[in-house]
Amino acid sequence: MERPLTNFIRALRSSDVRVSTGEALDAAHTLKLIGYADRSMLKDSLACVLAKSPEEKVTFDELFELYFSRQETASNAEQDQTDSSDNDSSETDASNLVDLMESGDESAISLALEKAAEAAGVDNIRFSTQVAYYAQQMVKQMGGEALQARLLEALQQGGPDGDAEAQRLIDVRRDVTLKARDRAEKAFQVFGAGETQQFRDDYAAEKKLSAIDRSDMERMKRLIAKIAKRLAVKHSRRKRRRNRGQLDVRRTMRANAGFDGVPFNVVWRQKRKDKPKIVVICDVSGSVAQYVRFLLLLLWSMKDVVPDMHAFAFSFRLGSVDEVLEQNDFETAMAKILREYGMGSTSYGQAWSDLKINHEQIIDRRTTLLILGDARSNYGDPRMDLFREFAARAKRVIWLNPEGPGLWGTGDSVIPRYAPFCAQVTHVSTLKDLERAVDEILSAYN
Amino acid sequence: MRPRPTPENMAKDLSTGYEPMTSVDAITAGLEGVGYISTKQISTAVFLAHGLRKPILIEGPAGVGKTDLAASLSRWLDLPLLRLQCYEGLDEGKALYEWKYGKQLLYTQILKEKLNEVIGDAGSLESSLGKLSSFEDLFFSEQFLESRPLLTAMKQEVGSILLIDEIDKSDEEFEAFLLEVLSDYQVTVPEIGTIAANVPPLVILTSNNVRELGDALKRRCLHLHIGFPDHARERRIVRARVEGLEESLLDQMVSFVQSVRDVDIKKRPSIAETVDWAKTLLLLHATALDETFVRDTLNVLLKHESDIAVIGPEVPKMLREAAAQKPGSRTASGYPDLG
Repeated sequence: MERPLTNFIRALRSSDVRVSTGEALDAAHTLKLIGYADRSMLKDSLACVLAKSPEEKVTFDELFELYFSRQETASNAEQDQTDSSDNDSSETDASNLVDLMESGDESAISLALEKAAEAAGVDNIRFSTQVAYYAQQMVKQMGGEALQARLLEALQQGGPDGDAEAQRLIDVRRDVTLKARDRAEKAFQVFGAGETQQFRDDYAAEKKLSAIDRSDMERMKRLIAKIAKRLAVKHSRRKRRRNRGQLDVRRTMRANAGFDGVPFNVVWRQKRKDKPKIVVICDVSGSVAQYVRFLLLLLWSMKDVVPDMHAFAFSFRLGSVDEVLEQNDFETAMAKILREYGMGSTSYGQAWSDLKINHEQIIDRRTTLLILGDARSNYGDPRMDLFREFAARAKRVIWLNPEGPGLWGTGDSVIPRYAPFCAQVTHVSTLKDLERAVDEILSAYN
Repeated sequence: MRPRPTPENMAKDLSTGYEPMTSVDAITAGLEGVGYISTKQISTAVFLAHGLRKPILIEGPAGVGKTDLAASLSRWLDLPLLRLQCYEGLDEGKALYEWKYGKQLLYTQILKEKLNEVIGDAGSLESSLGKLSSFEDLFFSEQFLESRPLLTAMKQEVGSILLIDEIDKSDEEFEAFLLEVLSDYQVTVPEIGTIAANVPPLVILTSNNVRELGDALKRRCLHLHIGFPDHARERRIVRARVEGLEESLLDQMVSFVQSVRDVDIKKRPSIAETVDWAKTLLLLHATALDETFVRDTLNVLLKHESDIAVIGPEVPKMLREAAAQKPGSRTASGYPDLG
C-alpha cells in the first residue's frame, strides 16, 4: 500500500478514529479508483471509507487538511526538483546547506526538509516535548554538524571577515532550526496530538476526584461526556430476552391455527425487562461536594437513556434538585445547589425523614436508590427504621462512599450500620470508579 | 467457495445493470435525469459503492432524501428496487426466506397417500427407507422456498437496488445476521446450502440514529452523511419537484426555510417539508410571501406545536431577512452540531 495513505491512517488512528485493516484495504482500493488528482473528490471518497460517524468526520476533515497540505508541498517540491534536475541534494554538507538556505528557493528547501524529516523519523513523534529533539535530528541530517564546525572555524579566525562569516552562518543555522521545528511541530499535530490527549485522558480518569482542580474541569467534562456516551450505547440496546423453555400455549395455538393446529411456529414466553429508574441522593456537605459534582454530571449526561432519574441533595435538610438541574446549565445549577443545601451540618437521619415525608412515593420496586455520601452524621440518630423501609421498597440500594474502607466506622461514620441494607457499598475515588458503579447499576436492569 | 466479489473479478461479468455508472459526473447527471439533485459527496459514495462492491450506510435527519436516493437509482438504472423496511422484531423469516409450510404439509399428505405406491415393491425395510430418503431432499428444496427481499435481491440476474430502510429500528440480532449478506452477498439456507448472488445488488442502508449501530456493520459499509442542503441545492430540488413556482417566490421561501433551520427547535424542517410547503403555496396561488400567509401555512413546515410557538413571533423579522438575502449566500449546515 502507498506510504502517504498508511501514514494518514496512522494519524487517524492516533486521533481516536477507529480504522480497521479491512477499511485500510478499502481505502487503498479507493485510491486506485479515484487517484490523487482531484483533491476534493479524494477527500469525499476517503471520508466515506474511513470516517463512520459525524464525530469521526469532523476529525477526518481536520486531519485531511493538515496532512495532505503538507504532502502537497512535498510532492510539488519534488516535481520542481526533477524538472530543474539540480545537483544531488542528498549529499549535504555545510556549503550546500548555506547555499540552499540563502537561495530562498522555498520548494527546494521544503524538499530537503521533507527528506531530512523522513531520515530522522519525525513522523514517529508522540509528545510535544519531543519537538525540539526531532528538530535537532533534522538539522543534523541536513548537515548541521558541518555547519557547526565551520561556524567554530570562522569564530576562531576572528577579524571582520570571520565575524561576518560567523554571523552569516548563525543566521542560516537559526533559519534551518526554525523551519525544522515547524516541520516537527506539524508532525506532532498530525501524529502525536491525539495520543497525548489520550494519555492525559487516561491519567485524568485515574486521578482522585477530590484532587482535580479547576484547570482540569474542561477535560473532565469532555471525558464524562465520552463515558456517558459509552454507557448509553451499551445500555440503550433493546432489552428483550427470550425466555426459552417456557412455552406460551395460548399464543402458539393462535399462531398455528393456519396449519391445522400443528405447531410449526412455537412462541415462547417473553419477559419484559424493567426500565431503569434511578433516585440519587447526594450529601453535598463540604467533604463530598466535589464527588457530587462529577456523579451528577455523569448521571445527567445520561438522561436520554434513563429518563426516569431524580436527584436529591442534602446536608441538613433534603430537597429535590431536578428542577434546578433542568433549568440551568450545569455549573450554575451546581453552584445553586451548593448554596441552598451545602451549608447545614450533616444529618442523615433528618434527610431520611424529609425524604419519607415529602417524597416517599418516588421510591418504587424498580428504583435503584443511589446514595453518595460518607455517612458521617455528626453523632445524630441515623434513623435506621426509615432506611430499612426504603431499602425494602426499592429494587436495590447502592452506596457510593468517597472514603476508603479503612475509615469506615471510625468516629461518627455510621456506614457499617447502613451497609447490611445495601446491595453494594463501594468506595469511589476516581472517574473510573464512577463509571463502573453506574455501569453496574444499569446492568441490573438487563 | 466462490471468490469474494471484487472490482477486478466483477469487471469480467458480461452484463450488469450498473454499466451507466462510469464516473462520478455520470452518476450526478443520471440522477438529475430522474429528478434527484445529487451532491458531489452523494455521487462519490454511489460511485465507490459500485466500484468497491460495498453497501452504503446513509445517516442524516429525516426527509433529506436518503430513501429517495435508492428509488432514484433504481429508476435511473432501470433495475428492480427491493425494499426492506426494518422494525423491532423483524426476523429472518420476513427478511430472507420462509418455508412454504402449507405446501410442505400438503406434500407430506400426498406422500402419505402415495406411500404404498412408492415403496410398494420394496421388499425389506431397508430398501423402503432408501427409497423414502430420496424424497426428503424434495421436502427442503427451492420449490418450497418463499423468497423475501434479501434472497430475491441475490437472485436478480442483472443486479438490483436493495434498500434496507431504517436499519437502526431493527434488533441487534438482525444486524448481526445482515453481516453475511452484506459482506459476501450470499445467503445460507441450512437445509439447502449457500445461495450466492451472480451480480451483487447495490445495497443502501439508511439510519436515523435511533440507536448506535454496531461497529461490525459500520466497518462493512461506506458511510455517507446527508445533511440539510444549501440554498442553491434546495432551490434546484424544489424546482425539480414542484412545477410552476415563480422564481422570486422560490428564492424567498427557500431563504425563509434556511433561516428557520438556524433556530434551535425540536424538529427542523427538511427538504420534504420544503417541497410540501412549495406545493401548498402553489395550490393557494401565492405570488409573494407575506406575514399572515406564512403564519397560516406554518404547520406544513413545522410539525410540533412548540416549534410553531417559537417561530411564529419571529416570522416578520425572518421574512424581512429572507427578502434581503442574496440567494446562495448561505452555506450548507453540514454536519450536525456536536455541541
